[in-house]
Amino acid sequence: METPRNDQELQELFRHKVGLAEMLKGGVIMDVTNAEQAKIAENAGAVAVMALERIPSDIRKMGGIARMSNPGMIREIQQTVSIPVMAKVRIGHFAEAQILEALGVDFIDESEVLTPADNQNHIYKHDFKVPFVCGCRNLGEALRRIGEGAAMMRTKGEAGSGDVVEAVTHMREVTEGIRRLQTLRKDEMMAEAKRLGAPYHVLVETAELGRLPVPNFAAGGVATPADAALMMQLGAETVFVGSGIFASEDPAPRAKAIVDAVTFHDDPAKLVEVSLTLGEAMKGRAVNEMDESEKMAGRGW
Amino acid sequence: MTAPVGLLALQGDFEKHRQAFAALGRSTVRVRRPAELAAICGLVIPGGESTTLSRLIDRIGLREPLREFAAAHPVMGTCAGLIMLAAKMDGEDPTDFGVRPLGLLDCTVQRNGYGRQIDSFTAPVRTDGMLGKGEDFSAVFIRAPLIVEVGPLVEVVATHEGRPVAVRSGGLLGMTFHPELTSDLRIHQAFLDLV
Repeated sequence: METPRNDQELQELFRHKVGLAEMLKGGVIMDVTNAEQAKIAENAGAVAVMALERIPSDIRKMGGIARMSNPGMIREIQQTVSIPVMAKVRIGHFAEAQILEALGVDFIDESEVLTPADNQNHIYKHDFKVPFVCGCRNLGEALRRIGEGAAMMRTKGEAGSGDVVEAVTHMREVTEGIRRLQTLRKDEMMAEAKRLGAPYHVLVETAELGRLPVPNFAAGGVATPADAALMMQLGAETVFVGSGIFASEDPAPRAKAIVDAVTFHDDPAKLVEVSLTLGEAMKGRAVNEMDESEKMAGRGW
Repeated sequence: MTAPVGLLALQGDFEKHRQAFAALGRSTVRVRRPAELAAICGLVIPGGESTTLSRLIDRIGLREPLREFAAAHPVMGTCAGLIMLAAKMDGEDPTDFGVRPLGLLDCTVQRNGYGRQIDSFTAPVRTDGMLGKGEDFSAVFIRAPLIVEVGPLVEVVATHEGRPVAVRSGGLLGMTFHPELTSDLRIHQAFLDLV
């Protein structure tokens, strides 16, 4: 693990990281727990798979400490599919991240779905050659993670719930925050950075671009083609589907339908066509019936 | 009024190509359905995941329309786009297809030929056949494919360390790297010269 030496190398490395995120746009990233599911995901047209030992809805049910997956299981998935393989580490657990980097995973998700390893700090992601994605609930959180070196953001949503409401809330929070930035004068930017707890230079860059400086994806509660289309129309550039596929009645056709729904997210006639013959969606749990302690989105800051 | 350039918008970084053409003052339209090919003068197949592109092309019924379009119009493919243009895949189990290329450009490619994401890199490539003689282009390679074999009628138009990284045959231009990820617009301009 050689650390990049100078600014130019760091910039080039960051461009490679964001470059891979660009390639994943307009696609679906699917949670899988074994090689067989990974193959189903690839055959359905997933742009990447997220390898983890238990899908979030099972993590919810089973409780206990959720950690980085077994490297042996991740390697088996890497050997099975040709699309990028992602894996999760606990918030702040940079040693787990070092292991995944050495394993050659293509993207690391520093994820609130696992039990946090650090109550104060997230990983300093610029130190790594492998790109990171992180979850956010609002603009300030997104800009903090980008400041630490995240190459892709996603909404936190509420993983494993099958309820899309939190993903919608978080996506709207981020876009509303960006709209507000664009109404500010230069002399108001520092106060806004203070208010959001966001790094100033990333905030100014976001204001100039009118969007996050890295791709912005949706995650946490997507269960149907309609959910995927909703998130795309709200500004997501790609959709993560965690429990929504392999906790449903008939995963392969649902996986395929969600891939098609992302491509044709603005074409209701096509959405009808892809949804016609699907089995039951995952049952799920309404987020507003959950105890605060059950929610994952509050992990990290 | 010249017809716009089409961007195959099934999945991938077609937005980056739109920005490059916009910077050159050229309008683009997204193409997702066979009928949309009628209104464009040339097509870009962007970077993305070739397994995804391959499946969507077949599910939507775009395979034959794309082949017919390419017989009469310029098409540029970058990275996954080159893979889709290629004739053959190297090193894949034929019983378990990953990608079914369109078979338009007579070359054989090997997917992820340089390794995984941590092996992605930027390097200058010689672009003698594509840009001016002796001109270099700073090329971004992301999980890039390798061109392992080139047919007799296909011209190698860029090389990296002596290996082909861009090839051309008539109006078909394919490269293993991503000109759309840099602000250097010379390759997009060279494609517009073909259109």
